[in-house]
Amino acid sequence: MYEGAVQDLIDELGRLPGVGPKSAQRIAFHLLQSDAVDVQRLTDALTQVKAKVRFCVICHNIAESEQCRICADPRRDLTSICVVEEPKDVVAIERTREFRGRYHVLGGAISPIDGIGPDDLTFRELMTRLASGEVTEIIIATDPNLEGEATASYLARFLKGMGIKITRLASGLPVGGDLEYADEVTLGRAFEGRRLLDA
Amino acid sequence: MPLYRDQGIVLRTHKLGEADRIITVLTRSLGKVRTVGKGVRRTKSRFGARLEPGMLVDLQCYEGRNLDTVTQAETLESWGDVCARDYDAWTAANAVLETCDRLTEEREPALQQYLLVTGAMRSLAGKEHDPNLVLDAYLLRALAVAGWAPSFHDCAKCGAEGPHRAFHIVSGGAVCSVCRPPGSSAPAPETLRLLAALLAGDWMIADSSDVRHRREGSGLTTAFLQWHLERGVRSLRMVER
Ligand SMILES: [Zn+2]
Ligand SMILES: [Zn+2]
Repeated sequence: MYEGAVQDLIDELGRLPGVGPKSAQRIAFHLLQSDAVDVQRLTDALTQVKAKVRFCVICHNIAESEQCRICADPRRDLTSICVVEEPKDVVAIERTREFRGRYHVLGGAISPIDGIGPDDLTFRELMTRLASGEVTEIIIATDPNLEGEATASYLARFLKGMGIKITRLASGLPVGGDLEYADEVTLGRAFEGRRLLDA
Repeated sequence: MPLYRDQGIVLRTHKLGEADRIITVLTRSLGKVRTVGKGVRRTKSRFGARLEPGMLVDLQCYEGRNLDTVTQAETLESWGDVCARDYDAWTAANAVLETCDRLTEEREPALQQYLLVTGAMRSLAGKEHDPNLVLDAYLLRALAVAGWAPSFHDCAKCGAEGPHRAFHIVSGGAVCSVCRPPGSSAPAPETLRLLAALLAGDWMIADSSDVRHRREGSGLTTAFLQWHLERGVRSLRMVER
């Protein structure tokens, strides 16, 4: 245990996800030894993120104005929506440069045991977006775990009968892994998602 | 016993640190254990989906001072994964697994509860019956094994032979006209017959029951469960019934 301010900082850092008491201590002492300018930049970034950042009124991605960068971009395809759990998933898919449509951020996955149901996520807002009839394809890109899968099956049921093409990202084998180490579920999914090779 | 091996069903998981999870497993012979799955949240984890809720695994763990650690896990049944593809089966499965977690104690062998939970998950994944019926049958039997068997025929208070019209959760089920406390309800006789069938495992009667009576039966079953478990079962609120 340390004196006042140092211990307060360690306590606050320790509340961050993935930061244990040891790491919190290490970061705290790193900050203590850093230049005042560097620490000020971090302080500003923290203040700004709470003051400036909000959620896009269309897709619920993080945004700095009413609409996020992607929704505000007139070159994006308005007929397809990729549904993801979190804003960080938008970033991951954008990095692939494979998708030219827009997104819809659910804000998590359905998790009954944690008390998170469909009403706690942005399904209703998605429904509103579909009302205009412009959207013809929905790509479901929830996490490749059971909660993500269940959220996808809820979404598929929810969208049934609307005449929209619904696809789910293939969750296959991790690139760089060995086939023999893949578990049965992953391997089974990879089989389902197999594609035709041009011959 | 630093190393142990057993069959078990994953009841739930909690995030731990950056990439690990605490996995709560009801094992066949050791009872409920809490064990750490190291690195399971990484996409390249060798455990993959084996340690997700509803999976039946052949598990090998190393016993630690506070928490055990999974050293090996092989899938025996992918019930959790099968249920996740069908929303109604999945919400029912969550309620089954959460209830089982609530009714069992760590390191106390609970073979009866193990057989019930694995039976319910097998049935949900196999789409043998309406998921809601499977859930209610599980809840009634799990409560009975825990020592809270409801009565749907004879009077729960004096044992007078039924059927009786009045029903009182706190008294333990059906009550005769003499014992009947104020505030008793009068469910449809068919509903009580359905609940008795679910408790006894008579699927002929259960499968042919009417939606109206299934709904009323679910309400009574839920009320029974909430009465006996102090905190409500969260997952039950997500089940559409
Ligand atoms: Zn947006
Ligand atoms: Zn009586």
